[in-house]
Amino acid sequence: MFIIDCPYCGERDQTEFTCHGEAHIARPSNPNEVSDEEWGRYLFFRNNPKGIHFERWTHDHGCRRWFNVMRDTVSDKILKTYKMGESRPEVNE
Amino acid sequence: MKYSIFNLVKNSLSYHQNWEKAWNSPDLKSEYDVVIVGGGGHGLGTAYYLAKEFGVKNIAVLEKGWIGGGNTGRNTTIIRSNYLWDESAALYNHAVNLWEGLSSELNFNVMFSQRGLYHLAHSIHDMQEISRRGYSNYLNGIDTEILNKDQVAKQIPHLNVNGRYPVHGALLQRRAGTARHDAVAWGYARAAESLGVDIIQNCEVKGINVSNGKVVGLETSKGSVKVDKVGLVPAGHSSVLANMAGFNLPINSVPLQALVSEPIKPILDCVIMSNSVHVYVSQSDKGELVVGAGSDSYNSYSQRGSFDMIEHMMAPLVELFPIFSRLKMLRSWGGIVDVTPDRSPIIGKTPVKDLFINCGWGTGGFKATPGSAHVFAETVFRGEPTDISGPFSLERHFSGALVDEAAAAAVAH
Ligand SMILES: Cc1cc2nc3c(=O)[nH]c(=O)nc-3n(C[C@H](O)[C@H](O)[C@H](O)COP(=O)(O)OP(=O)(O)OC[C@H]3O[C@@H](n4cnc5c(N)ncnc54)[C@H](O)[C@@H]3O)c2cc1C
Ligand SMILES: [Zn+2]
Repeated sequence: MFIIDCPYCGERDQTEFTCHGEAHIARPSNPNEVSDEEWGRYLFFRNNPKGIHFERWTHDHGCRRWFNVMRDTVSDKILKTYKMGESRPEVNE
Repeated sequence: MKYSIFNLVKNSLSYHQNWEKAWNSPDLKSEYDVVIVGGGGHGLGTAYYLAKEFGVKNIAVLEKGWIGGGNTGRNTTIIRSNYLWDESAALYNHAVNLWEGLSSELNFNVMFSQRGLYHLAHSIHDMQEISRRGYSNYLNGIDTEILNKDQVAKQIPHLNVNGRYPVHGALLQRRAGTARHDAVAWGYARAAESLGVDIIQNCEVKGINVSNGKVVGLETSKGSVKVDKVGLVPAGHSSVLANMAGFNLPINSVPLQALVSEPIKPILDCVIMSNSVHVYVSQSDKGELVVGAGSDSYNSYSQRGSFDMIEHMMAPLVELFPIFSRLKMLRSWGGIVDVTPDRSPIIGKTPVKDLFINCGWGTGGFKATPGSAHVFAETVFRGEPTDISGPFSLERHFSGALVDEAAAAAVAH
């Protein structure tokens, strides 16, 4: 990992960044109607895969912006970084 | 065979060449009443209590590597029970009560040492936090003392109380301390095996067979096995196992590291923790300083932490103990810990019938090993939670009744 390619600043040292967990989790659009179980799943349940993970990072000691990372949680190798709002990259097995 | 002074003398006559094996390596049978997945302290302990207290005969513990090779053998062995909430106090204090008799219960020296643990307070806010927790412990019957700065300075002579991280006071639990991690795994394994439990190492569970909503079997690297009940105790791999049975967990797996120094003469006779500057340290019986800190922010199964975390541990350590600044660190390693949103464990039923789970111990489950194993054994046996394990169900993430030790105390271990 060591070097992270911020979509805004380019390659910087890992110590400048923090990870904030799984990306692409959509907030239910009808919070008043979903069941407690559905709301609990949205708030707390995560995929936590052993393999490819899509996750949110911030560049704390740089541009301070949020972006997404596609990373292998077995090797910690970063496969791609991309801006918030862009769609999830394809995984080529 | 019982370990005793008599057997020690007897075996010394043959130069200790003829001790019998502490446990055997049987073949996997085709069918078990209960299979425990994960041969850490919690899993082995569960098997032991199932056999000993609930008379279950046909049990196996399946471990993909060697027993105790997970977080049990990688942790910094801090044991305490001074948690904030009543539910946690009950659970962790149950464990401390069992720790006190564990060596004689297992006939294996787990080197439980109640040397006392100091949580340092570095600010007015910290003082308020330890006071709140201290009084809550007091109400729950957990031994606790709130110390001022002078008392701390007197009791821990090498601590720099006037440095960059001034010490305002500390919360002391005298019944807290450390134990030998490997001995806990080995002691439970030996005691469980003597009650007929099959301990099967190098046996990875690769699939969980569910039929009509009930667990019926496991696929392993050593073949298939039929089961009546299964207890999952796989720590960092909890989500991986849960996915095999078709459900998700409120868990993230993250790296947590520790390191040890070269061995030195006795210098620190207690455990020191600082949550604000985030470091903790104790001295092992071999003389090494055992140092740990917080976990990394990203999910990982790599079993190694980030490099900069080492500096985050060492900087506050040498500030608090300038006398340690010229010590060499000998080894560092990482484990993968299973962290829940409220930093409390998950013990109980799953969406699959007869499949139970004990996980989410995250950065601080070693201290709970005997208590966790004991209540989980009862939960698996009865098929229902116990008074102590009840509040730690998976359902709390739907009902909202979290046992929020994270926000309340910000305590890692
Ligand atoms: C660096 C570090 C420091 C820590 N310090 C402390 C501390 O000071 N105090 C404290 O209380 N706690 C501490 N902890 C936390 C503590 O180590 C754990 O909470 C506790 O040991 C968990 O025990 P366990 O038996 O549940 O898990 P483990 O000992 O991890 O056992 C789980 C086992 O499951 C096995 N497994 C996984 N997947 C499979 C599969 N598919 N098939 C078969 N087997 C499988 C693994 O190989 C592993 O051996 C620390 C952890 C770390 C990493
Ligand atoms: Zn940036």
